[in-house]
Amino acid sequence: MKVENYVSLEFPSSSSNEGFARAAAACFAAQLDPTLEEINDVKTAVSEAVTNAIVHAYPDTLGKIVMKLRLREDHSLEIVVRDWGVGIADVEQARTPLFTTGSEERSGMGFTIMESFMDVLRVRSTPGKGTTVTMRRKIARRSGR
Amino acid sequence: MPVSCTQEDRRLVAEVSGELDHHGAKKIMEELDRQIDTLLPRELTLDLQGLTFTDSSGIAVLLRTWKRMSQLGGAFRVIHTPAQASKVFQAAGLQRMIRFE
Repeated sequence: MKVENYVSLEFPSSSSNEGFARAAAACFAAQLDPTLEEINDVKTAVSEAVTNAIVHAYPDTLGKIVMKLRLREDHSLEIVVRDWGVGIADVEQARTPLFTTGSEERSGMGFTIMESFMDVLRVRSTPGKGTTVTMRRKIARRSGR
Repeated sequence: MPVSCTQEDRRLVAEVSGELDHHGAKKIMEELDRQIDTLLPRELTLDLQGLTFTDSSGIAVLLRTWKRMSQLGGAFRVIHTPAQASKVFQAAGLQRMIRFE
């Protein structure tokens, strides 16, 4: 699939970057002329993916997170969030609703939200090496534009 | 991410505004805990009118508050939930436990 535009952002796993990451994704997605609901879905999914990297990938340190945003020729948005942190031993278990290894302020619903707000969610992880989350969302072409 | 509380006759109203994500969730939980511990409210209303964004961190805040109020035998309801937050809460099935008005 041809990529028509892209942006790559690198930032440390500081929780103050959660808001930045979803705002950046929303700005990039604006080229696809999305509805407010589509923009909010993208922001929510990005927030979950980046928060996972911040909370779980680097529990005691600040590490590198790279977020890639790609606009594909089928009018879809691809978001890749990559970290080089502790990794996930059992991805299937991590994707189970309500499962969390986090503290009380985590709900264990992050992957469930990503799954229900995006069309595609792929998680690749190697313990000790890091995790790559790839999400895709088609943005409807609106007539009269 | 502020939360402002008012109470009358052990009926607590907590207004959450701005963006509720992981970065701000802990502070909100602590403040709600403090208010609940101090007042032992018989009713807690969470007013989300000013909430501009939330993610699964909001789910955790609601679930925790709901649990704490259930333990106290008090009522808990959430009012003025914006569309974005509502979609997040519905994806988690919160409407099965929590009263949204």
